[in-house]
Amino acid sequence: MDWTAIWLSIRLASATTLVLLALGIPLAYWIVFSPRRWKFLVEAIVALPLVLPPTVLGFYVLVAIGPLSPVGRAYARFVGHGLPFTFEGLLIASVLYSMPFAVQPFAVEFASVDRRLLEASWSLGVSRLATFRRVVIPLSVRGLVTGVVLSFAHTLGEFGVVLMVGGNLPGVTRTVSISIYDAVQSLDYAAASRTSLLLLIVSFLILASTYSLQRSTWLRPRH
Amino acid sequence: MAETASLSAAALQVAVEQRFSAGFAIDARLAVDLRPGSMLVLFGPSGAGKTTILRQIAGLERPDAGVIRFDGSVWCDIAQGVWSPPQARRIGLVFQDPTLFPHLTVRQNIVYGVKTTPGVRSRSDPAPGDRVRPGSDPDQVLAETAKLLGIEDLANRYPRALSGGEGQRVALARALAPDPRLLLLDEPFASLDAPTRVRLRRDVRALLQTTGTPAILVTHDRTEALALGDTVAVVIGGRVRQVGPVSDVFSHPADAAIAASLGIEAVLPARVAGSADGMIDVAVGEVRLHVAEREPIATGAAVYACVRAEDVTLETLSPGHASARNHLPARVVSIASEGPIDRVTLDCGFALDALITRRSREELNLTPGTQVLAAIKATSIHLVPRF
Repeated sequence: MDWTAIWLSIRLASATTLVLLALGIPLAYWIVFSPRRWKFLVEAIVALPLVLPPTVLGFYVLVAIGPLSPVGRAYARFVGHGLPFTFEGLLIASVLYSMPFAVQPFAVEFASVDRRLLEASWSLGVSRLATFRRVVIPLSVRGLVTGVVLSFAHTLGEFGVVLMVGGNLPGVTRTVSISIYDAVQSLDYAAASRTSLLLLIVSFLILASTYSLQRSTWLRPRH
Repeated sequence: MAETASLSAAALQVAVEQRFSAGFAIDARLAVDLRPGSMLVLFGPSGAGKTTILRQIAGLERPDAGVIRFDGSVWCDIAQGVWSPPQARRIGLVFQDPTLFPHLTVRQNIVYGVKTTPGVRSRSDPAPGDRVRPGSDPDQVLAETAKLLGIEDLANRYPRALSGGEGQRVALARALAPDPRLLLLDEPFASLDAPTRVRLRRDVRALLQTTGTPAILVTHDRTEALALGDTVAVVIGGRVRQVGPVSDVFSHPADAAIAASLGIEAVLPARVAGSADGMIDVAVGEVRLHVAEREPIATGAAVYACVRAEDVTLETLSPGHASARNHLPARVVSIASEGPIDRVTLDCGFALDALITRRSREELNLTPGTQVLAAIKATSIHLVPRF
């Protein structure tokens, strides 16, 4: 079994999830609570990876972080090497690719918090930000857990984006799904089967534990 | 002398306009002085805009135009671009349902809005009758507020384990704990069962008098307005149509639309003088009325005696009848024609209206100044206890 690829996938999925937690909570907050009329545009952009072929997303990310783009050039100047075919480049692509899987569950849960609870908090002198921290976040634990698990599992299984942005460098960008593809290409069905089974079992366990958590009472304090 | 200022009446001035897409519009003007512990009732039918006005006062709804001032602070002045958010207004807010934070215990709910300043205790030695001024020690605030509302035993429960009445008590405690300048109550008793509602009403009245917090109550319940209100503002169709002391407004509605929403009844401030055999004697000024009332009321209690004009009959004055029960010698003040019915306004020590047919008016030969006997059946008078 390709343990290097498995370990890389786990690192990538964890890093992606952490970044999405940090970016997704404020973004979901803004989508739910902003009075701006054009926020539907942001919602559409966040949801794009759900319908876009991964190769299309990967292609644009590759161009955007490549040596011809200002972002890519600036990064290369500061760090000393370019973003494509590196772990960091892969991370950027994964974050964009899994964005809807984090932001949408967050936003749904934030929006389902009774608005009068927020009004009660404001009337008690508590600022909007502190109200979000003290009321909205604790009541949204289910949505946060769902978003985290889905983005982790989704990143674990991504293929097209990785291929476009990361290529196939062992230990750097060669993730589990690429490793399976390689094994099949070289007709090593035994290796492909072992890794596939592992991925299947892990994904199932993650999802099963999420659904069971959602049923348990400590995650749903509302009635 | 901040203490003196807080014990005198706080002026509330509201003059707001707000349009809604459905064509409904608020155009409310109101200026009242709220004494410490007193209650202003926003009374009117459902959909009249009472709650919207309350939300504008709370800072949760922004009017299109107008001003809201309270006790020297400008909360809203759209023309000047002044707007203070709810956080800056120091108000307490209680909704129709408890709306407690479900992930916090009762104790955590109550102290939620209390700012903690370690080591500061503003009320170490309260004098009797002193205004409760919870300090910034959450434990102390919790103890004081919970005691006032009789919810000390609930401190460690979660909101889902509370009954409706208990939940509303906790919501009140939470609103009062940070010592608000003004308490806003949006139909807080409407979803409670009758006995719980009556108990909580009485306790709220006592509570506000202890803390000295002025309050605004939104309700469409007439009994509630009478039982709790000091001043009433009648809201119909987004406008404040009449403002005044409760008994004045209920007894003398300014026009027919207001009368229709209030119910046409004389509301007489009275005191229970005694009771026997299921009958209650009340004193309205110098006059005694005999009332058949199912619920016993303690002697000495303040009540409103409510009498509908159609339940008042008129008889010619004869010496024998004047001593009979609920037969009041009266003088006709004025007569107004309402179709086939005449409304006769009487002075029998207090103002009272009688509705009679034109024929009986002619038989009794009534003109302003005529002396008559006004008779009211004991079962036609109903009493609303004042809390």
